[in-house]
Amino acid sequence: MNIFDFFRERKKGSTASIAKERLQIIVAHERGQRSKPDYLPALQQELVDVIRKYVNIESDQVQVALENQGSCSILELNITLPDR
Amino acid sequence: MAKILVVTSGKGGVGKTTTSAAIGTGLALRGHKTVIVDFDVGLRNLDLIMGCERRVVYDFVNVVNGEATLTQALIKDKRLENLFVLAASQTRDKDALTVEGVEKVMKELSENFEYVVCDSPAGIEKGAHLAMYFADEAIVVTNPEVSSVRDSDRMLGLLASKSRRAEEGGDPIKEHLLLTRYNPERVTKGEMLGVDDVEEILAIRLIGVIPESQAVLKASNQGVPVILDDQSDAGQAYSDAVDRLLGKEVAHRFLDVQKKGFLQRLFGGRE
Ligand SMILES: Nc1ncnc2c1ncn2[C@@H]1O[C@H](COP(=O)(O)OP(=O)(O)OP(=O)(O)O)[C@@H](O)[C@H]1O
Ligand SMILES: [Mg+2]
Repeated sequence: MNIFDFFRERKKGSTASIAKERLQIIVAHERGQRSKPDYLPALQQELVDVIRKYVNIESDQVQVALENQGSCSILELNITLPDR
Repeated sequence: MAKILVVTSGKGGVGKTTTSAAIGTGLALRGHKTVIVDFDVGLRNLDLIMGCERRVVYDFVNVVNGEATLTQALIKDKRLENLFVLAASQTRDKDALTVEGVEKVMKELSENFEYVVCDSPAGIEKGAHLAMYFADEAIVVTNPEVSSVRDSDRMLGLLASKSRRAEEGGDPIKEHLLLTRYNPERVTKGEMLGVDDVEEILAIRLIGVIPESQAVLKASNQGVPVILDDQSDAGQAYSDAVDRLLGKEVAHRFLDVQKKGFLQRLFGGRE
């Protein structure tokens, strides 16, 4: 949704349609989280702790994602190191 | 073997106890031997809504602990022959109920009743988990409001993954959406999520829409389940929901703003 759509919605005067759109987004996001294994947040935190021994990073600079591809799963790590 | 129904929501105060009392009573009215079980340990309230608060001697936890038999603890409804209530314990001990304890009671109830209606506490913690764990079907009570809808979706996720059926790989719990405290006027004005909106987001079968109604408070004041007020909009809406639960096709009522005609306004008649 871009900013113009946002105002168009508002113009319709309907707070209910804003509620619906917000719900659709958050519910879709949370359903995605649900199918992830429980250990991902802990894994992410431990990775951050290990990397911090060497480089100073924020916890949101490590992204962990698990993707299912047919018979196997791929664990994707994305670590952003600060500018040198 | 009884059918075990859980009335659940995640969010508090959306109308679970009102619904448990109404649906349980509706099932009994239609001739099914029914027990309504209060799972809200420490916050017993179903007894008040059912009007049997002065007759509670033993509760759910007493039965689990072997301090009373089920027969001693079941409270027979004064109005309906085949309707019973099992009260929640007022103990502050959060661990008073266990999976094993609940299983034992559910098993015994299943052998003696056609329907076991479980009134879940709010939240997604232990109490709510125990209330839904043995369920065959779930009535997810939702208000047309953002936090209630989100919490209902959360609860649907738990029903699909943390129930006994899910853990043992059985058929999934059959889920029904019950939208309550619905105000068609505000929906028309665009101030409230409509039935279609909530149905679209949660994507489960709609079993009923209960309007926001003054009859609910009046009924609870008197300890009479609102479904017994068959002149009221909420009572009729609950009645339709029970029929749908039993597999009947019934058109939804009370979804549109009820316009009063000139004469009706003059004489205060009801439509
Ligand atoms: N359709 C309705 N119209 C008007 N008021 C309603 C309606 N349904 C429920 N209420 C009111 O909402 C309040 C909460 O209802 P109820 O106790 O059934 O909710 P609950 O989900 O069981 O709450 P808790 O999570 O605390 O157990 C009560 O005061 C009840 O009278
Ligand atoms: Mg309640």
